[in-house]
Amino acid sequence: MNESQAWARAYYRLRQNWLSLVGLVLVVFLLVVALAGNQLAPYPEHISGSVDTAMRFQAPSSAHWMGTNEMGQDVLSLVLGGARISLFGGLAVVVLAAVVGTMVGAVAGYFGGWTDEVLMRLADLKLTLPGLILAMAVAAALGAGTMNMVLAISLSWWPGFARLVRGEVISKREEVYVLAARALGAGSVRIMWRHILPNILSPIIVKMSLDVGFAVLTVASLGFVGIGVKPPTPEWGLMLSTARGFLPDYWWTAIFPGLAIFLTVLSFNLLGDGLRDVLDPRSRR
Amino acid sequence: MNLVEVQSISRLYPLAKTSWFGERPMHQALNGVSLTIPQGKTLGVVGESGSGKSTLTRCLLGLEPVDGGRILYRDQDIAAHDTAGRLRHAARLQIVFQDPYASMNPRMTVHNIVAEGMVIHQRELGLTAQERTQRVVQLLEQVGLGRDHMHRYSHELSGGQRQRVGIARALALKPECLILDEPTSALDVSVQAQVLNLLHELQQEFGLTYLFVSHDLAVIRYMCDDVMVLRAGTVVETAPCEQLFEKPQHEYTQSLMAAMPETAWFA
Amino acid sequence: MSSTLDQGAEMSLLHIQNLHLSMHSFEGDAHVLNGVELKIEKGQIWGLAGETGCGKSITGLSISRLVNTPPARYLDGQILFNGRDVLKLKESDMRQLRGREIGMIFQDPTTNLNPVLRVGEQIADVAYEIGRIAPEILGLTATARASQRKKAAQKLGVDMLERVGIANAAQRARDYPHQFSGGMRQRVLIAMALVGQPKLLIADEPTTALDVTLQAQVLKLLSELVSSSGTAVLMITHNLGAVAQICSHVAVMYAGHVVESGLTQEVLSHPQHPYTRALIAALPKPGIQRGTLSTLPGRVPNLIDPPPGCRFAPRCAQASHECTLAVPALVGKSDTHRIACVHVQPEVFA
Repeated sequence: MNESQAWARAYYRLRQNWLSLVGLVLVVFLLVVALAGNQLAPYPEHISGSVDTAMRFQAPSSAHWMGTNEMGQDVLSLVLGGARISLFGGLAVVVLAAVVGTMVGAVAGYFGGWTDEVLMRLADLKLTLPGLILAMAVAAALGAGTMNMVLAISLSWWPGFARLVRGEVISKREEVYVLAARALGAGSVRIMWRHILPNILSPIIVKMSLDVGFAVLTVASLGFVGIGVKPPTPEWGLMLSTARGFLPDYWWTAIFPGLAIFLTVLSFNLLGDGLRDVLDPRSRR
Repeated sequence: MNLVEVQSISRLYPLAKTSWFGERPMHQALNGVSLTIPQGKTLGVVGESGSGKSTLTRCLLGLEPVDGGRILYRDQDIAAHDTAGRLRHAARLQIVFQDPYASMNPRMTVHNIVAEGMVIHQRELGLTAQERTQRVVQLLEQVGLGRDHMHRYSHELSGGQRQRVGIARALALKPECLILDEPTSALDVSVQAQVLNLLHELQQEFGLTYLFVSHDLAVIRYMCDDVMVLRAGTVVETAPCEQLFEKPQHEYTQSLMAAMPETAWFA
Repeated sequence: MSSTLDQGAEMSLLHIQNLHLSMHSFEGDAHVLNGVELKIEKGQIWGLAGETGCGKSITGLSISRLVNTPPARYLDGQILFNGRDVLKLKESDMRQLRGREIGMIFQDPTTNLNPVLRVGEQIADVAYEIGRIAPEILGLTATARASQRKKAAQKLGVDMLERVGIANAAQRARDYPHQFSGGMRQRVLIAMALVGQPKLLIADEPTTALDVTLQAQVLKLLSELVSSSGTAVLMITHNLGAVAQICSHVAVMYAGHVVESGLTQEVLSHPQHPYTRALIAALPKPGIQRGTLSTLPGRVPNLIDPPPGCRFAPRCAQASHECTLAVPALVGKSDTHRIACVHVQPEVFA
């Protein structure tokens, strides 16, 4: 059985769980939307900040599928534009947290002893502070901007990965093939990079997928309280925050950004669940 | 000459303390174990679980230190090796593991599994990637596999094929001495026969020295020149093979022989 | 030993007839069992021997109907236990058979005991459950109260531990599985399997995880226990040495088919089927020169696309065109020795 057959088998298993297939389709759809947002938007000028006060608070119609907000901007265009920040922000957070967390967790798990103790206490610091509060504090300290926001959230996110990877490394460290590599003369770096990491990728990938949804939520939460992204950049959380005051009369200004967040979190969760089923080594063969 | 000489080694492992006070209890995995393996010969090690045979193999490979005694390879104490010395030791003394499933990284192709030793010892060997691949093909053919096995993953192979890959991997660095840790215990009888024949053939062709660990007395009797019986970390008896089987001296050895199924009357 | 020649008047304890099983997988349907034939009488100890993938474990599981259908599917054949076809029974009837009439010991004693329950409790649980349908096991009548049954079950548990040779049974019953060694855990499993006084005990590789001296002890224990109670045993194993130690009869399987069966003495000293012969020749024995062990060419057949007729034919030195026409039936002049090969004449060896 070669690579393509392995992919076919994975797809076959993914297909058996239709919900995860739904998740996959939605995630792909969202990624396309995020990438092509500015092109797909009917009123791209609104994304960059121009207003049209004559068209304020228009209800959803054929001209504006999701209506307009308090500045006459087309909500649909803003949602599409905001997808880029929210989605890629969430993805960036997860990737950064995964990379840092994996490095820390692998070193802690492989070497054990004092290295392990020190690194894990560092990770435990996160337990003393609620993640969102920590992110808010750091973001506020670093100042506005997407990159700072991503850094701030990643800071509270990496310990989760560190703990996961540490546990996996500890168990894989005792495998016979690791002993075989040591008998051949392999050093620690080679063992971690060639033997241990490739075999613990599955749980890391699953966690990444499941976390993206919550990362997006956190980005939106920060935006909601006004930290991170500054207007006129559209961002779902920020849009929700502004729209709070207009409920229930101008419901479309809040509902659509909210639905976008909901859809994103849901689809990544479904995909993550599906990936877990596919990548679980027990179900293979 | 004696390729390997073990002089009264001991190895202790700390156990969990049972109370706050007093000393930490230790488990004596090896207690004053001595053995010699003459070049070109096969020494069998018979032991049940808990006898210390795995600890012995790890100490011989230099993967674990000994708490007492010395291990000499070609009259050199392996504990005195520096990093370069340890690498050289790895090139000369290799191991074939019992479980052909667990002893291979499931994410590596057969080619990479067999070539790994050469990659690790790149500085000493100075081979190009192409030369390494050529050697992999050569090794696979020596153990009875074809070059098309190179690109497969271990889970695509049968138990017997996997074990052959394990042997190829061990031979990649051109070792003088092989530790065979229950090499056929996980295999079916007909496959075991093939692997045992192969091991003998390789020993003849390359003048290898073997340390053959097994709990299967029939296989030990068949493959070994001398046999050592290990029990709870101590050597109970050492004797030339036929002598051990015909006239076991120690009562533990005698009980092992008595427990052995009688198969001489088979066809 | 009774001679059963399909008279119907004398019913065998277990009669597997022409059993065909197919297993569905991603790559296709594997024809795992290809007409298995096996007959076990009361008091006989059978070894079901064969190499990896021959179908011996699945045959054992089928007797207790523990194979999940799907993905498995029984294509043909019957498993007659005391005349009743196990494959056609209702699940509730099947549950009555399991434990009470058919006992099972699985392969690995480490994972088959619940680590958080005391050993005595685990056996008593089994005894209690069986006691609900068969109170005589506990020495009680159907009108006994639950508390009486509980007490009787606990006592039976301790008794069984004694019977399997565990010293200080009453005390050790209060221990947890991790406090027992591997060999003793295996004895506990044997005790659990025998508590219902089953007529047939199926043991799947009972000695594989054990050392040589423990193996001998466990096998000896098994043969003693069953000789006193008349229980029949089906021991599934790949170890012909173990078969030689305690089995009165042996059936050799290859690729889903029984190729040779009969008295252990007969079959192992005068094997007739080419596969059995090859298997025995491959065993290292004193007197054979190193490097000259006889080996079988080729590999086990792909069960998704098996060779036509006799599945051993592609590897058999004596194969002819006739072999590919149909799967050879297991025949013999008497039950003491039966072969499934078109080249072996029954008269030659009887």
